[in-house]
Amino acid sequence: MKFGVVVFPGSNCDHDAYHVVSKHVGQPVDFIWHKETDLSGYDAVLIPGGFSYGDYLRAGALARFSPVMKAVKEFAAEGKFVFGICNGFQILCESGLLPGALIRNADLHFVCRHVNVRVENNNTPFTYELENGDVLSLPVAHAEGNFTCDDATYNQLQENNQIVFRYCELNGETTAAANPNGARDNISGICNIDRNVLGMMPHPERACEDLLGSHDGLGIFRSLNHAIEMVAV
Amino acid sequence: MKAKVYVTLKPGVLDPQGKAIHHSVELMGYKSLADIRQGKYFEIAIDPSATESEARQSVEKIASDVLANPVIEDYRVEIEQ
Repeated sequence: MKFGVVVFPGSNCDHDAYHVVSKHVGQPVDFIWHKETDLSGYDAVLIPGGFSYGDYLRAGALARFSPVMKAVKEFAAEGKFVFGICNGFQILCESGLLPGALIRNADLHFVCRHVNVRVENNNTPFTYELENGDVLSLPVAHAEGNFTCDDATYNQLQENNQIVFRYCELNGETTAAANPNGARDNISGICNIDRNVLGMMPHPERACEDLLGSHDGLGIFRSLNHAIEMVAV
Repeated sequence: MKAKVYVTLKPGVLDPQGKAIHHSVELMGYKSLADIRQGKYFEIAIDPSATESEARQSVEKIASDVLANPVIEDYRVEIEQ
């Protein structure tokens, strides 16, 4: 089993993701430079947070044209696991691997704090070890995390149960006050129809040890790890 | 030859920057403005050997594939001799 962490010029959460996989998941992991075109040998690819290409044009817009993204699309089409966090989520939306778009936070602020997110769908490879309704404390750090989509896309997300996480209060209630960026219906993470591609704005890789204030992110990585093991069996 | 591409948010997509600008402009004393929407503008210099229709075709493709995100944005292309 092998994980890969894609590194674009401007990625800055790549080491955090690498650290979590190697130390807390206990699996081999490589950095994958964005010029790479061959992802054979990997079981899961993480698209980390950061400011790929300086967020020029739109967040994630230029990373989409890096050579590795063609390989990531093929990788996802084979049913392998792709997990985009923060800027990674923006890149997956810009690439068309996930629907919708992430626009400027409604209040224009860069928001950088712990938020609560509720697990909405634990029937995915990324949330398999969590329960629906679980509330995770995870940090966010973004200026463009305001998930938006048209009504038709929103209805599809609902019907196909693609909304995986929503911002919520500590008690699990999804209120406007708990929404840090104005995202539609408090959406903080979605998956594709096939469930093998997940994007989320909060950073579970920064919440995998108590030293960092929360280990609530671990369940996501452990779920993914077990999902890969089950595929391998 | 020059191509001009205007990228604007689709109607209904929240534009918090436009709203903040609108608010500031109102503070300047301009009270009769209904709305301000922020967009992007690109100037693309085209090789003189290209015909106008070739240029338009290429720039339309560039605008739809790169300059605008069709999920949230519209674009308009103008070709200038």
